Amino acid sequence: MNVDDRTLRLGRGRLAGIIVVAVMGLLATAFFRAQVIRGASWTLQSDSNRLRLVSVPAPRGTVFDRYGTVVADNVPSYSVSLLPAPLDSIDAGLRRLQPLLGLDADEVAALVERARAEPRLPLLVDQDADYDKVAALEELRAELPGVFLEMRPKRRYANGPALGHVLGYVGEISPGELELPAFDDYEQRMEIGKIGLEREYERELSGERGVRYIEVDAVGREVASFQGQPGISALPGEDLELNLDLGLQAYIHEIFPPGGRGAVVALNVEDGGILALYSAPSFDPNEFVGGIDPERWVQLNADPERPLFNRAVVGRYPPASTWKVATAAIALRMGVLEPGEFMPAPCTGAWALGNDVRRCWNASGHGYLDLAGALAHSCNVFFYQVGVRVGLDNLVREGARFGFGDVCGVDLPEESSGVFPATLGFWEDRYGFPPTENEVLSLAIGQGPNDQTPLKMAQFYLALARDGSAPTPRIARTGGVEPEDAGWSLGIGPGILDAILDGLRQVTAPGGTAYLSTLEHWDLVGKTGTAQQGLADEPAHAWFVGLAGPWGEPYEIVTAVIVEEGLSGSAAAAPVAAKAADFYLRRKYGIPTDSIQTLREHYRTGVPARWAGQRRPG
Amino acid sequence: MTWYRRWAGDPELVTVALVLSLAGIAMIFSAGAVNVPSPVTEGAWIRQAVWLAISLVVFTVVTSIRTGWIEGLAVPAFVVAVLLLGLSLVIGTGAGTAAGMEGWIDVGPVRFQPSELAKVAAILGIARLLAAREAPPAYLRELLAPSVLIAVPLLLVVLQPDLGTALAFVGLLFAALYWAGTPLHLLFLLASPGLALILSFNTWVWSAYFVALALVLVVYRRSLFVAESLAVALANLGAGAIANPLWSSLADYQKNRLLVFLDPALDPRGAGWNLIQSKVAIGSGGLLGKGFTQGTQKRLDFLPEQHTDFIFSVVGEELGFVGALGFILLFALLLRRLVYLAEATPRGFSGLVLFGIFGTWLVHIFINVGMTVGLVPITGIPLPFVSYGGTFLLACWAMTALAVRVAREA
Repeated sequence: MNVDDRTLRLGRGRLAGIIVVAVMGLLATAFFRAQVIRGASWTLQSDSNRLRLVSVPAPRGTVFDRYGTVVADNVPSYSVSLLPAPLDSIDAGLRRLQPLLGLDADEVAALVERARAEPRLPLLVDQDADYDKVAALEELRAELPGVFLEMRPKRRYANGPALGHVLGYVGEISPGELELPAFDDYEQRMEIGKIGLEREYERELSGERGVRYIEVDAVGREVASFQGQPGISALPGEDLELNLDLGLQAYIHEIFPPGGRGAVVALNVEDGGILALYSAPSFDPNEFVGGIDPERWVQLNADPERPLFNRAVVGRYPPASTWKVATAAIALRMGVLEPGEFMPAPCTGAWALGNDVRRCWNASGHGYLDLAGALAHSCNVFFYQVGVRVGLDNLVREGARFGFGDVCGVDLPEESSGVFPATLGFWEDRYGFPPTENEVLSLAIGQGPNDQTPLKMAQFYLALARDGSAPTPRIARTGGVEPEDAGWSLGIGPGILDAILDGLRQVTAPGGTAYLSTLEHWDLVGKTGTAQQGLADEPAHAWFVGLAGPWGEPYEIVTAVIVEEGLSGSAAAAPVAAKAADFYLRRKYGIPTDSIQTLREHYRTGVPARWAGQRRPG
Repeated sequence: MTWYRRWAGDPELVTVALVLSLAGIAMIFSAGAVNVPSPVTEGAWIRQAVWLAISLVVFTVVTSIRTGWIEGLAVPAFVVAVLLLGLSLVIGTGAGTAAGMEGWIDVGPVRFQPSELAKVAAILGIARLLAAREAPPAYLRELLAPSVLIAVPLLLVVLQPDLGTALAFVGLLFAALYWAGTPLHLLFLLASPGLALILSFNTWVWSAYFVALALVLVVYRRSLFVAESLAVALANLGAGAIANPLWSSLADYQKNRLLVFLDPALDPRGAGWNLIQSKVAIGSGGLLGKGFTQGTQKRLDFLPEQHTDFIFSVVGEELGFVGALGFILLFALLLRRLVYLAEATPRGFSGLVLFGIFGTWLVHIFINVGMTVGLVPITGIPLPFVSYGGTFLLACWAMTALAVRVAREA
């Protein structure tokens, strides 16, 4: 008992009383200030007015190509919403809007359902209303309580059909995406990048939405902006500069065999930047802006040609003869093959390892060949013998080391890795029995368990055009995080690279498989390929992967082309690659474009090509 | 009216409490009168009225317990309360607008909050502990035992997590120590690590504060052991150092509540929107208000907690400054009466119980009313007698009963 002294108690009690008066006085003062002095600015203009919070969408960043041409930007669009209100008011509002916006009964029912599910959010009735309808609504405003018109930025893609797979598109965030931790600051009804670059660079492009406080009257008509609390402006998204050449991309879309399926990848040798990445058939991302028509969506998904499938980075094809270059690189590196060496057995159209007789594509045979000749004629028999010298074990190990089982790490949300056996255990896992040594015959000519994306093949040839190493191919020049590994290296020296490039030069020399695709101004080299599908009677896929640049200079562009069921690499794929490379280099060096580019086109049109068949050393 | 005087024991205190409770039911009724009725707020006033009836029965029972018994019950009540708090962390569930908390325990059809019981028990516990002293605490280390006693339920409540109720425990600790005669500079030193934590958002402010603290330590060096001074300095440095990690460990909604206190525009869709709407409601109430049940902002159901934590926004909108001032005056009378009763009682335990209740209510009232006008950050803490909530109303009336009993039996 320590406070039995009454004076002490009274002293403590007095101070406590003072504290009570001080605290209550402080509260009373705060209410006096809020209600009597500053009440006016916090008071809405009429007792029946209410305060509403409205999101101000941020314009997404503009996307530019390598020459500063706009690839994706925003245009203003008008949206029509109903402000949050009891369900019967929403219902009445929708019925008034129905004839003005031309909504059908199903759409109205869906909107009512939506208003029921999200009673506190404004109900977006039309995301992208025609200007005429908006003008009509504006005039009828007094009779349309709760209707809220708003200008918001709308995405626009230049050359949409050429770019669908690269850019991707934006759309309303889905319930599944809202669950993802990466998007926990997103709200329902916000726009988000769905696939492609729009998704990959969503953080950079999206910007930050702002808020606006508006005052609405008792029936929900907007009266004024609210004075008590200033809103926040939306912060536009960051712009994105691409390595992509929009002109080249559009040109490829134009020249790709009409109605054909396939992909084209063009890489800049200097930095691995992606100059073009095209998948056919394509789709127009503008169709997705503001919500795609459901029927069109079903149609796109049901299309047997699979237009939404990005063949350039997700599609996997047997690399066929384009992979013989890898076999050669492995053999040269191991020292089991010398650049000028002839294989002991001549090509007679077939070759036997024990009882296993394998054919060359040319039944009449190629005779004795060295590496350059074998690449020029794409002779299987030569590579069967090289494969046996390398051995299955080594071929698998080295091929895996070259990265044929990995992804490139391109800056797109979707990419398939190549399929390639990492070890001999692959066969046991997949087929249940160990491989015979004869498997090496298939692998050596780019068949067997080996499927690669066009991007992966382009990256492999990119390394050949450089010093044996290649950076990760990237579409965007700015923004995003740098990839963790700065590409990879084949680990082969200049001597081996020269030997391989000598062989690739023979492919476009007179008599080579791609001679008819040679160009006037540029040195084009490369490798054709014809990939058999699983069933013998299905038409083969056509490949060409090539390098091009000014005569006597280092190569500047790598082009990989696959044309599904194109039958022949030299006839279907090589011309596309040649024309694309020609288009890019002409623009780069200021040479006017011409519709007659390849030797084949000269022959066909009769325009003389005195340059044909001549290598010009600069 | 003699029966009323006899039943109430202290008519002044009980009348104020009754007026507040009835006004609370009226405001809960009004809070439920919204454009789109929700099952949570509709009929809440009836449930609250039932709880008031139960509370008055409990009041009658508790006022008949002799103070000696109350004193003897302090320790068992404290132990049970702590056990229940621990239990609620294991089997507790959320409720209503506080669905993320684990503060409720289901007992058959009844749900109750052990933290409310714990407040009452903690008041009795600390009163018992401090009443056993012969002289007021003169040294810092003598504050250790009461601090630890309160820290146990406080930490359990923080884990629920219920920061608002935790602050009430801090309030009752300091009020009880104050009434026990603790020198003010010791109370300051006890509070100093908390102050350091709050002020550490700015290095300069914190440095200035630390210099001031050092001065206090020097001035009072004769009554402080070197170890105590060192401990205070270290605790303050430590509080400054853990401020950042502690901040990052807060849940986003807690951070937002603190941030929007400084700038409502920072989270305009969440906590900031609540604050802006509360300010619009109160500001638009003006001097005389829009009239009972006529609040236009309230009608839109702008605040999910308008019948519990934000009940005072409804008061401000519908009854205006006059009504808000009326409530504030009632609360002032309530608190002043507790102080008066404590002054009048020579019995140490009684005065300490009265001051424990005083500290609890002062924190509740100041934070709850203050947050609706942006005077303090938004904290989930109800307004005594007024906010909707059965266990809370019961706890308030149990405290009233204890106050009446211990004051009468001095």
